[in-house]
Amino acid sequence: MSTAQRIIRFTLNGEAIAASVAPHENVVELLQRLGLHGARESCGQGLCGCCTVRVDGLAVSGCLYFAVQLDATCVDTIEQPFGEDGLDEVQQAFAQCGAFQCGFCTPGFVLMSRELLAANPEPSEDEIRHYLSGNLCRCAAYPEIIRAVQLAARMRRARS
Amino acid sequence: MTSERTPGPQVGRSPPRREARAKLSGRAPYVHDLVLPGMLHGKLARSTRPHARIRRIDTAAARAIEGVHAVLTGDDIRQLIPQPYHGPAFHDQPILALDKVRYAGEPLALVLASDPHVAQTAARLIEAEYEELPAVYDEVEAMRSSAIVHDVLKPAGTFPDLKHLAGKRDTNVALDFHLRRGNAARAFEHAEHVFEHTFKTQQVLHLPLEPFVSVADPGERQLTLHTASQSPSFVRIEIARLLGWPENRVRVQVPFLGGGFGAKVYVKLEALVAAAALIVRRPVKVALTMEEQFYTLTKHAATLRIKSAVDAEGRISARECEVWWNGGAYADIGPRITQKSGFTAPGPYDIEHVSIDSYALYTNLPPAGALRGFGIPQLVWAYESHADMIARALSIDPLAFRRKNLLREGRAQATGTLMRDAALDTVLERLAQRMRWDEPFERGSGSVRRGRGIGIGFKASISPTTSVAIVSVSADGSCHLLCSTVDMGQGSDTAMAQIAAEVLGIAAEDITVVHPDTDVTPFDMATLGSRSTYHMGNAVKRAAEDARDRLFALAAELGLAPETTPIPEIFRRKYGMQAGNVVGQGSFVPSYIPTDHASGQSSDVTPFWMVGATGVEIEVDTETGQVKVTRLVNLADAGRTVNPAIVDTQLSGAAIMQLGFTLFEQIEFRSGQVANASLADYKIPGMHDLPPLIENEAVTAHEHGGPFGAKGVGESGTFAVSPAIANAIEDAVGVRVTALPITAEAVYRALRASRGEPLAQ
Repeated sequence: MSTAQRIIRFTLNGEAIAASVAPHENVVELLQRLGLHGARESCGQGLCGCCTVRVDGLAVSGCLYFAVQLDATCVDTIEQPFGEDGLDEVQQAFAQCGAFQCGFCTPGFVLMSRELLAANPEPSEDEIRHYLSGNLCRCAAYPEIIRAVQLAARMRRARS
Repeated sequence: MTSERTPGPQVGRSPPRREARAKLSGRAPYVHDLVLPGMLHGKLARSTRPHARIRRIDTAAARAIEGVHAVLTGDDIRQLIPQPYHGPAFHDQPILALDKVRYAGEPLALVLASDPHVAQTAARLIEAEYEELPAVYDEVEAMRSSAIVHDVLKPAGTFPDLKHLAGKRDTNVALDFHLRRGNAARAFEHAEHVFEHTFKTQQVLHLPLEPFVSVADPGERQLTLHTASQSPSFVRIEIARLLGWPENRVRVQVPFLGGGFGAKVYVKLEALVAAAALIVRRPVKVALTMEEQFYTLTKHAATLRIKSAVDAEGRISARECEVWWNGGAYADIGPRITQKSGFTAPGPYDIEHVSIDSYALYTNLPPAGALRGFGIPQLVWAYESHADMIARALSIDPLAFRRKNLLREGRAQATGTLMRDAALDTVLERLAQRMRWDEPFERGSGSVRRGRGIGIGFKASISPTTSVAIVSVSADGSCHLLCSTVDMGQGSDTAMAQIAAEVLGIAAEDITVVHPDTDVTPFDMATLGSRSTYHMGNAVKRAAEDARDRLFALAAELGLAPETTPIPEIFRRKYGMQAGNVVGQGSFVPSYIPTDHASGQSSDVTPFWMVGATGVEIEVDTETGQVKVTRLVNLADAGRTVNPAIVDTQLSGAAIMQLGFTLFEQIEFRSGQVANASLADYKIPGMHDLPPLIENEAVTAHEHGGPFGAKGVGESGTFAVSPAIANAIEDAVGVRVTALPITAEAVYRALRASRGEPLAQ
């Protein structure tokens, strides 16, 4: 395989980054190399959502997205800190509702829930299910996840 | 303990999981994330044949790839470990295939490289020459097949009831369990009614989203394994045995697991990375892909024949069960599943005459093991489907039929062990109330028909097994809890801290739980079979009591009032400054009397009984066969719940998992080859599969032997989901499905057959 490296520059969780990447390297591999482990490869087919990251505000599957494609983009991952205690309303609501078990899929659910609430501050239960239907949780904490998104929506509305 | 250090009861409240912040910010550690200096990545080449002698393995092309550090085959492993076979019940599984392959997908060779892509590319170039052997795939055929998977049986020696199989040849039977109570044969002769049905279940996959992963780090004196394992203590003992080393030269560390469900028990990749790391003298990591999980461990497919004698009043007087378990090519814990689930094969019913024969079979499929229920969901599928079929045939309400036959407190179960603290009646009655069973039910119209169904199951716990815990109190009064229970999502860290905190009179949040590290945390048999809350919970409680008693004794020795002196003051008076530790230790192993080999009888087969029941309301589309579960009600006896919120999540999580096993999940095999080894072709439940209404209830109960009255619950939600759905389908549209999964096609075929217009196969 070709190992011709290329330098890419992008913004990672608000910080400017330069990285040398191989042509075959995917976003998860690059992030792991940079010490960020929250996006994880699981199915390797873009079907489970464990590797979700946001590129220029849009959620993508990091296992199917080449690292070189990050050049000149803004990337947000689960490690992005929020507010005083580091967690945003979605994360706080997930903690309160116990909306996870093993935690392997959790970063993907948090990022997608955040994206949903940014676009739709008062989603119905059906809208929540639909928006999160691309994320899988083998522990099946789905009922708690739905409740957490509803709680996060209420917390966001109370704040604003 | 002082009053200001008593923050109120700790058991029975629901503090958030202690790892919430770490998991929600992507910072919780998993083996998956681990990178060590100089580490090599291993990728496996796998067998393409289901059963064949290996003539030659050609690794030359792989070795020629730039960046490949080494290629190892079974022969290389044998240089290091003369007998490289492992397994909890039989020493039957080679670390890499030796002499022959027994299933398609069996590990054949390992390629090591600094770059995992290089290792993967090279692994694809490895070829083998085979001499094909006849193969057997079906568990019932395996009983009499001339295709023999293992030339000679090699029991591990740990289980007394396997000893009689040592050295046995020309058989695929890896365990035969028999139970005889009363005289079933005679009871059938005089029976008013006799019912006999055969049920089947399919192979499914645990599919933890974190696939199997292990790292071995060879040090000067010690080999350290970082592994996604549910059984660190077992791994240490088994690796030490393989290497001929003392236990203290093997160290096993386990951070969080990205799901386990029974897959990550015993040795999976640990022996492979250990051997490879010792051969190349560098750290080695093997992380499987999602596809490779399909070649590692599945859940037993089973064929279950069940026959009942029923009197004119609807009482079951005799029951006969024959169960064949498809164990695949290596026994793993299959023989244990065969035996332990055999204890309860007649179901939670009071039956005078019982005959059970349960067989663990080798076949040429990927190995099968424990999956959230240890065989119980397969059995409940059969006996609770059978219960409804009998009730319908006799025009008895299914609930009334169960009430009439239910095992009551204090009665002897089929093994002869008395039922104690098994809230079967409470669970059944609460289920009936929640289902509003005595009220009229809306049946749908047109092509959408509605039905409802129930099921109830129970389980004997794994026994006898050992747990040890340590509680260490520091001079400022803060505590560490050392235990080898693996938190794989079930919330054990939180629950164990609550148990210790309850004893010590402090807040659970103030205890640090040290994750499994066999150099530090004491022995625990394994995190499996819903055993931790009861076994480790008791050990933790005893360790905390020991620490508390030692603190009190120390205070008394110093002339201080034990109950009221603040802990830091006790240490200061003893050591003159903030220094020292008080260490409490606790261990727990329940009593157990082995069953008699011929009769399966014992007065003490389990320390506690688990009870789980399910009720469903469904819609069946008669034009497509599509089944939609509109309401899912999960009931269990978990004793007194340590953390009610976590128990709730365990109940619905287990039930939703079983919903997938019931309606669509199935590993498809074509001539022994897995045909759907990916998440694209093997669907698991997602948001859209979730029933709109889900209710959970752990009934008010108390387990006399459990810590503060608690017992395990992780599997209970799986027990009765499948039969409840099949029973509801018959209730809705009058057809009976007896094989899992109950796909739309299966229902549609049954509907067509019932109309006298069967579809061609």
